[in-house]
Amino acid sequence: MSVAGGGRGSSPVGALAAIAAVVVVAAGAFAYTAGWLTPQRLTPEKLVGAVQPKTGGVPGHRRNHATGICITGEFTANGNGTELSKASLLKAGTYPVVGRLNLGGGDPHLADAMAQVRGFGIRITGPDGQEWRSAMIDAPFFAAQTPALFYQFLTAAGSKDPNAVKEYLGAHPETLRFIGWVKGHPRTESWTEDRFNSLNSFVFEDANGGKHTVRWSLIPANTPVALTADELKNSNPEFLQQDIVKRVGAGPQKWELVVTVANPGDPTADPTQAWPADRRTVDVGTLTAEKVEDEADGPCREINYDPTVLPVGITTSDDGFPAARSAAYRVSFDRRTAEEKAYPHTAGGQQ
Amino acid sequence: MSGTGLNGNKRFAAPQRLLHWLMAGCIVTMLFVGVGMVSTVAPKYLTLFQIHKTLGIAILVLAVIRLALRFVYTAPGLPRDMPVPMRLAAELSQYIFYALMLGMPLLGWAALSSASHPVVLFGGVHLLAILPVNPNTYALLRSAHVYLGFTFFALILMHVAGLMFHKLVRKDGVFEAMAPVVTENQERELEAKNA
Repeated sequence: MSVAGGGRGSSPVGALAAIAAVVVVAAGAFAYTAGWLTPQRLTPEKLVGAVQPKTGGVPGHRRNHATGICITGEFTANGNGTELSKASLLKAGTYPVVGRLNLGGGDPHLADAMAQVRGFGIRITGPDGQEWRSAMIDAPFFAAQTPALFYQFLTAAGSKDPNAVKEYLGAHPETLRFIGWVKGHPRTESWTEDRFNSLNSFVFEDANGGKHTVRWSLIPANTPVALTADELKNSNPEFLQQDIVKRVGAGPQKWELVVTVANPGDPTADPTQAWPADRRTVDVGTLTAEKVEDEADGPCREINYDPTVLPVGITTSDDGFPAARSAAYRVSFDRRTAEEKAYPHTAGGQQ
Repeated sequence: MSGTGLNGNKRFAAPQRLLHWLMAGCIVTMLFVGVGMVSTVAPKYLTLFQIHKTLGIAILVLAVIRLALRFVYTAPGLPRDMPVPMRLAAELSQYIFYALMLGMPLLGWAALSSASHPVVLFGGVHLLAILPVNPNTYALLRSAHVYLGFTFFALILMHVAGLMFHKLVRKDGVFEAMAPVVTENQERELEAKNA
């Protein structure tokens, strides 16, 4: 039997070339997998770079929805959700919640009236340690059909070429519709009057293995009161924060968690399309905010409201956004934790 | 140092060889999954991350077994004619590989714990947090995990190059000590090592 490279004492050139070839091919495969050879790959860093302010984001803060305040309370499941999902957090019972009411945008000191989008991140924890995290916004539909299109839109919007965004919007009426909503929707006087929507669809699996594609919303118990243009213009820059402190101080504030079930053929992968209003809905329980704390040392600050942290019985669907959001939120979390020194804690808080 | 090791073996014991090659596959897969998953926003990110966590814990368990086997069976010695710098590199690399095989999964698990990210494996297995939530700890552990991951891959490349050098140039039986099976020809090379 012969051996590659010949007998002992023959020229090692062939053998050394073989070694070099193996190392180069392996290193090349690694570099390709890492995306270093494919600059067109949509990485989470690119997505975060496009979402965060052009200045690069405020060190120590979330790259989007940077303004926020912590609430704690509970989710009381009424048990009606168990026919749709075997998730333990939908069984009748009361589970602790750490939430974060927030404003869209990368500025942690955004005047409340200037917020184009308001959001609510929640984390519900079960006694078995399972968690259901969700980051919802008050828009009834999203700005782009896919993460790649969202990136294209943000890139066009941030472009120096004024025609770039015009061209994009000309080809994407769904994004134009979202912009119309941002500009025209009534601003309420309180986060407790806002409805927050998952926008993305998820799959509920019931105890018999049946699967149901759903979206969910938090519907406020309070009746929405819209601010007039003048009221908004003259509002205190922190009127939402002041309002939530006052209201929760006076008594628990509530939202109903309502699950909407898709019919066959509904656009489950496209968050720019709301489902028709006649779809079946199930009120699965009540979310109650009982305490408000500043984010600076509050319990929501260290939480990444990653929408793919889900209990057994809930999974992602054919909607590509939750995975992209998870990847992008991770990058935002990695950056802000690495910049921890830049985050202004209050005197009594941790270092 | 004796050419046949403390226990007189010319080769690693069969369970050691089995674990070596099994773990080699797992670890290379792991490093590719790790570097690939953080590069994308596509839905496969979630699947890859799930594989990364599950495989990482599997590697941790296998590494503990392997370390125990190493104490039981020890290791065959290196060829007597190996130059001192090569010998040092070979021995040091074993310590580093064991440290990385045990340390990388623990670093990943600890990093996710300090980020209050639930560690859920395939099959819904939920691991407990091994550290309290702390952003500074997370930042430190995450950097260590990333940079040691690159180091691990670079060391594996050097390991492969080194073993190919033993096999193709020196033909001194070092590769055969860990080879899954030994052919007649390889038997001769083992003899050369121990001569």
